[in-house]
Amino acid sequence: MSMFNLYWLPEDPNWNGLLRAVSAAPSWPDLVRLAGTRVDMLKTNRLDKVLRRSFANPPDGLRSKPVSLAVLSSSTVDHLLPAIRVGALRRNLWLDIFTGDYGQYLQELLDEASALYRAAPDTILFAFDAQHLFGSADPGITLPEADALIDQTAERVSNLWRLAKDRLGCHIIQQTILPVFPMLAGSNEHRLGGSPANLVTQMNQRFRRMADEAGIDLLAIDSMAAQSGIAPWYDPMLWHKAKQEISPIAAPAYGDLVGRLLAARRGMSFKCLVLDLDNTLWGGVIGDDGLDGIKLGQGSALGEAHVAFQRYCRDLSRRGIILAVCSKNDDANARAPFEAHPEMILRLSDIACFVANWDDKPGNIRSIAERLNIGLDALAFADDNPFERAIVRRELSMVAVPELPEDPALYAGCIADAGYFETVRITGEDFERGRQYQANLQREQARDSSTDMAGYLSSLDMTLVCMPFDPVGLPRIVQLINKTNQFNLTTRRYGEAEVRHLMEDPKAVTMQIRLTDKLGDNGMISVVIGRVDPENFLVIDTWLMSCRVLGRQVEQATMNVIANAALRRGLTRIKGEYVPTAKNGMVLEHYRKLGFRLTQDDPDGRTLWELDLSDYAPFSTFIAVNEGKSHE
Amino acid sequence: MNETPILQSVADIIRDVLDDPALAIGIDTTADQTEGWDSFNHINIVVAIEQKFGIKFKTAEIESLRNVGELVDLIGQKLKLKS
Repeated sequence: MSMFNLYWLPEDPNWNGLLRAVSAAPSWPDLVRLAGTRVDMLKTNRLDKVLRRSFANPPDGLRSKPVSLAVLSSSTVDHLLPAIRVGALRRNLWLDIFTGDYGQYLQELLDEASALYRAAPDTILFAFDAQHLFGSADPGITLPEADALIDQTAERVSNLWRLAKDRLGCHIIQQTILPVFPMLAGSNEHRLGGSPANLVTQMNQRFRRMADEAGIDLLAIDSMAAQSGIAPWYDPMLWHKAKQEISPIAAPAYGDLVGRLLAARRGMSFKCLVLDLDNTLWGGVIGDDGLDGIKLGQGSALGEAHVAFQRYCRDLSRRGIILAVCSKNDDANARAPFEAHPEMILRLSDIACFVANWDDKPGNIRSIAERLNIGLDALAFADDNPFERAIVRRELSMVAVPELPEDPALYAGCIADAGYFETVRITGEDFERGRQYQANLQREQARDSSTDMAGYLSSLDMTLVCMPFDPVGLPRIVQLINKTNQFNLTTRRYGEAEVRHLMEDPKAVTMQIRLTDKLGDNGMISVVIGRVDPENFLVIDTWLMSCRVLGRQVEQATMNVIANAALRRGLTRIKGEYVPTAKNGMVLEHYRKLGFRLTQDDPDGRTLWELDLSDYAPFSTFIAVNEGKSHE
Repeated sequence: MNETPILQSVADIIRDVLDDPALAIGIDTTADQTEGWDSFNHINIVVAIEQKFGIKFKTAEIESLRNVGELVDLIGQKLKLKS
């Protein structure tokens, strides 16, 4: 399986008919659906033509702001642009691309009157080909000279990043270098410092370090080529003929890689993997074959393959992906292997939501999303059964359903190649998340069995820890700001630089909020940003909260903290704002519930609210509040 | 595969790449006289044909072709060598 043909996407036999239909009656959701089917280079280009004709401007009601991407390259990239647009479309992103003349990127960056500046991109993709960087290297140079050459190249590239960041305020994606050079020495190429192949390897390693220091993202096509082989990516004949370093054959995969990076930066990656059981996590049918009969673990290649897939799922959960089970089974049968099979890697404690019954899977998947408090478009569903895949796709088109290969040995690779869980920021909270959802379900079950809500909440021993923004919390703050969709009053997205700026702004009131209870630390679950306006209102610019802690009085406790913060500054009035999106209907009445008065109700649904603190009575909650100082 | 189905497949690919479903294509068709068949689309046509038939053209072969008929002949030869 090679990722360049997007094999995880389902083929649609009526593709041509669907394209004609959407071309005649343009519809953004239909285009997104078509982009979610398996498309080769030709189909990608045809879809792109319809896309551009139908949506020269972004459609209304998009989930995420339109993206303005500049591709600055040293060789031909025109043949990749349709695939980048379609890759973005697949992730529900509308994208406008600017490309400079190839090889002119430095001049364009230096000249503030250039077309690049007029295009005002929000993201720049630097795509340098191997020839451009190291094609003229001299293999005869010494190792220290080779190191110096890498240093120089790194310096040149980081200057470009700085220019782009400082002058255009862009987010940056740096493409790693495709390993196109033939070896001169062989397996120990690294001993030949100046060999172009070695320089590419060295520079790619350096890129990784530089990227983390500079806060930019990599488009690691070198890793992709290492996994799938260089052949589909690079065709030397096309390089010589047209200066295409990336072959048009690989364009759909390249575009998808760019699309998933853009989506990840905007908090639109998938969050949860929903797993079928029979013939997915183990071979055979537990209800028929029994604990002794299912194929799992040593003794059969098939059993080993299922173990390997389980291990991959467990590793995903350890890095913050939520796991759920959706199986047509009797509940007791379905749980038996988790409880009693010695070869099981996954345990019940790894599964945040376990649904085994005989109801239809779309309905069960809907309820999984509800119970986990995440959107359906954050779910990917892995099932070996084509029937179940098809019905879930039909009923829930926003759920990602990979075409799992027939052999379970290939399941993990398929999920990885599909890139659902692309992540650009790894924070400590990611490692905790699986455990947190699990603890949440224990809380949930406690709630189910308890009619006494107040007694339940008071038994949790909750403490809210509230601090101003600080450098320690920064990565998680930025992550929350950019991925929280549901409990988010204004859905304003801020990058790291903007958040840093807030930390120094004396007119800003910032809060990072954690919640702990006797079942564990929920981590940072809420962020509030307020500004003092000229009329001495505290204006709440941003208020967001993780849905994991809904129904636990966190909003009321936070309101008390905000009121205190205002009063400490001598401010007696607070302004709240609600900006509707497709996802944040749950907070429509947020300010009303907190006692605010509606002062403005715009036709587009935006509302403004005010609260007078002169007679503010703090909400009584079961949460102790601890207002700390920032980490210094 | 004899020449007629090869020509049909090639014509379909050319129509797809040039996004012109009604384009008439015969063995005498040349890139120069076909609207939209520029060097950019030429590469896409060649690459799509290679993928469709599971063959690979040499640089010199591509550069010597004068019309669709010669392209179809070349594909036929390569397929014969394969089988």
